[in-house]
Amino acid sequence: MERPFAITLEVGTSRHNKTGTWRVERPVYLDRLPPCNEACPAGENIQGWLYHAESGDYELAWRKLMEDNPLPAVMGRVCYHPCQTACNRGKLDEEVGINSVEHFLGDLAIEKGWVPETARADTGKQVLIIGAGPSGLSAAYHLRRQGHSVTIYEAGANPGGMMRYGIPKYRLPREVLDAEIQRIEAMGVEIFLNHKVEDLSAVLAEGHFDAIFLAIGAEIGKRAYVPAGESARILDAVNFLHSMEGQTPPLLGRRVAIYGGGNTAMDAARTAKRLGATEAVVVYRRTRDRMPAHDIEVEEAVEEGVEMRWLSTVKHADAGKLLLEKMTLDEKGMPVATGEFEELEADSLILALGQEVDLELLGNVEGVVVADGVVQVDRNMMTGVPGLFAGGDMVPGDRTVTVGVGHGKLAAKNIDAWLRGTNYSRPERHELAAFEMLNTWYYSDAPQTVRAKLDVARRRSTFDEVVQGLDESNALFEARRCLSCGNCFECDNCYGVCPDNSVVKLGPGLRYEFDYDYCKGCGICVQECPCGAIRMEPEII
Amino acid sequence: MPFQPIKFYQTGSFVVGNRLLSEDQRSVQSSEDRTNSLTLGHRACQGCGEALGARYALDAAMRASGNQIVVANATGCLEVFTTPFPETSWQIPWIHSLFGNSAAVGTGIAAALRAKGRHDIRVVAQAGDGGTVDIGFGPLSGMFERNDDVLFICYDNEAYMNTGVQRSGATPPAARTATTDAVGPHPGEDFGKGKNLPLIAMAHEIPYVATATVAELRDLEYKVEKAMSFHGARYIHVLVPCPLGWGSAPSDTIRLSRMAKETGLFPVFEAEGGDVISVSKIRHPLPVEEYLRPQRRYQHLFRPQPNTETIGRIQAIADKNISRFGLLQSEPE
Repeated sequence: MERPFAITLEVGTSRHNKTGTWRVERPVYLDRLPPCNEACPAGENIQGWLYHAESGDYELAWRKLMEDNPLPAVMGRVCYHPCQTACNRGKLDEEVGINSVEHFLGDLAIEKGWVPETARADTGKQVLIIGAGPSGLSAAYHLRRQGHSVTIYEAGANPGGMMRYGIPKYRLPREVLDAEIQRIEAMGVEIFLNHKVEDLSAVLAEGHFDAIFLAIGAEIGKRAYVPAGESARILDAVNFLHSMEGQTPPLLGRRVAIYGGGNTAMDAARTAKRLGATEAVVVYRRTRDRMPAHDIEVEEAVEEGVEMRWLSTVKHADAGKLLLEKMTLDEKGMPVATGEFEELEADSLILALGQEVDLELLGNVEGVVVADGVVQVDRNMMTGVPGLFAGGDMVPGDRTVTVGVGHGKLAAKNIDAWLRGTNYSRPERHELAAFEMLNTWYYSDAPQTVRAKLDVARRRSTFDEVVQGLDESNALFEARRCLSCGNCFECDNCYGVCPDNSVVKLGPGLRYEFDYDYCKGCGICVQECPCGAIRMEPEII
Repeated sequence: MPFQPIKFYQTGSFVVGNRLLSEDQRSVQSSEDRTNSLTLGHRACQGCGEALGARYALDAAMRASGNQIVVANATGCLEVFTTPFPETSWQIPWIHSLFGNSAAVGTGIAAALRAKGRHDIRVVAQAGDGGTVDIGFGPLSGMFERNDDVLFICYDNEAYMNTGVQRSGATPPAARTATTDAVGPHPGEDFGKGKNLPLIAMAHEIPYVATATVAELRDLEYKVEKAMSFHGARYIHVLVPCPLGWGSAPSDTIRLSRMAKETGLFPVFEAEGGDVISVSKIRHPLPVEEYLRPQRRYQHLFRPQPNTETIGRIQAIADKNISRFGLLQSEPE
């Protein structure tokens, strides 16, 4: 080649110079486990469905949500959202209102009539589920999707379990519950109502079913012995809330005392208020910070005028009045009697001291282990009897709808594996995406959108739903507050900030890859990744 | 922010792109077909701010001019690491010049293009801080005075890095360089020296002057695009951290640029005809100490114990910038 004067070498591009050889550490893309997903008892891929909600594709978001939870509209109302407690955004401004977006998606699905994806081809296997509560319905849904035939025996007159007979209407309107249950029925799940299983061994002996999932809940109110005069009116909270589904509401009188500090106590107190009680007083033996009830429930109850009597136990009940004994906490936080007494005027006393499982149906089935009043299951949710699984409130664990739905899903996965003669093993969990791994500079300042609450005056007198949903624009805003902790959301930052052009953009949905021929390993991409989806690793030579 | 911020997209306008943005809302750098004016294989150190700043600025200038630019480059790091004979990393029309005369070469190219009637081709001249504030200052001032149709971009890394980190007229007070060693009663660069070139450029009352950092890409791209919309002499001063000369971690390049702006030490603003028309407000105010501490050129301020007097004097410079340019926001954006 003819070259200009004094030029001896052929001119070329610097691409010949593979600067990747300088590197001692290399950046690698990875997915980390977002704290919301980790915290969800129902095992939802929260960040996964928020991702679609962020782009306004609500149907896809709902479908992603439905992969784990068949009751989004219910859960968007009654879940105590541990995901939000775990949310990293809480350390920045306020946590993402995950529950409110779930509420919105659930309602939208009902409004638009979206239906779940059709079940897989029929396997010919028959599964019996005993109990149509959150856990039974969840298991039914997931098993049906796997192509199994599902039958539910439900003791009550309507399906829903504690969602219907425990959670008051002002927290969960029944038409929402009905719509989501009907959607599961429409998939081909058969529910027999008023069908109480008295003797499990008979069902087992019949051998009609290939697997059985027990989910009868814990529906018996715990009885504490309260010495009482003859005319004292004492009810138990489970029966009281159950009777709210009947035609005639129970008579309580003007002044109502509720004994206990859990969510059921709050529900009972708030329901009493709505039935016209001028005074609803919660009597609890410890203090607010030790109360098992969730903060939101306590706050809303107080807003509605429910009074609290801390550090007190009921010693004696009489017509129109209660004798309370004052308590104090010892250094371990346990309540100790003080010997001081006081009176509280009350026309009726509602006991909300926890619930027990009605284990009568177990009879003499061999192999089922009961400890502390609940049925013991292994990691696969199976009891000691092969093919007999159990979940929800009747097994150890927190007693919430969300936990129940999670149990149902996990049981379904294991039942499915068992029916196919395989083993279900949980996928390995990714490393947790901690707040410190994020570069929060990049996130817009955007405080949480609060769901409107019903006016307090109306809340005290009616059973209208207290917490209203978000509309489309603020649900979208809320979804977009997600930080996408630990998982790439394609912000192009790594692609932009690389001084060595060593990040290759693969196109929408395909993320990026590093060009290790040229990457010098400076680590700017790791530092400037907003969501902590890149890590430096030592170069192996 | 002088441009319309994008709201509610998780990351707003802070990141380079975002999958939720439409094409016209995206930055030049987020595009798969950006020019990559500076391509793979250049020999800049790990985490070089200048390599990043040059690609940001020139890619934006390419888009703004419809890919019709000629670039005149002064000697310095930017030339040494991109064009060691026989290789080059430049993917745009590019001409080498001497250390001090890229403004003059730019002027000449502009004159030649005018003579040939090629009004569609625009000229960019660029240099480091040494080639701008010291050695090339005469030709640059002349270019401003004549209002030649050239955009001059200075990549300021605050010393002569290529030749071994010697002090320049842009080296900040107290910074250690090879020629302002951290010894004696007043270690590092003296207070009260150096030149503020953006203000000098404004004093020439040229059409457009702006400052920017590599930490705010969208701001930088906006300013380059805006500069390309003017004819006559324009000047953009970009702060580009140098891990080698500053003694900072290569991964901290963008973080340090961000902190320089957030502390108020490097005011980010734009001016037309000699008057400031907008400033980038401080988002999360920061004491200068946070910016100084990660840099080895300032380590004498913290060892054996913090030199509070000198740190206080640097804080006073930041505070003066904050009040002079109005860098604090009255209410959150």
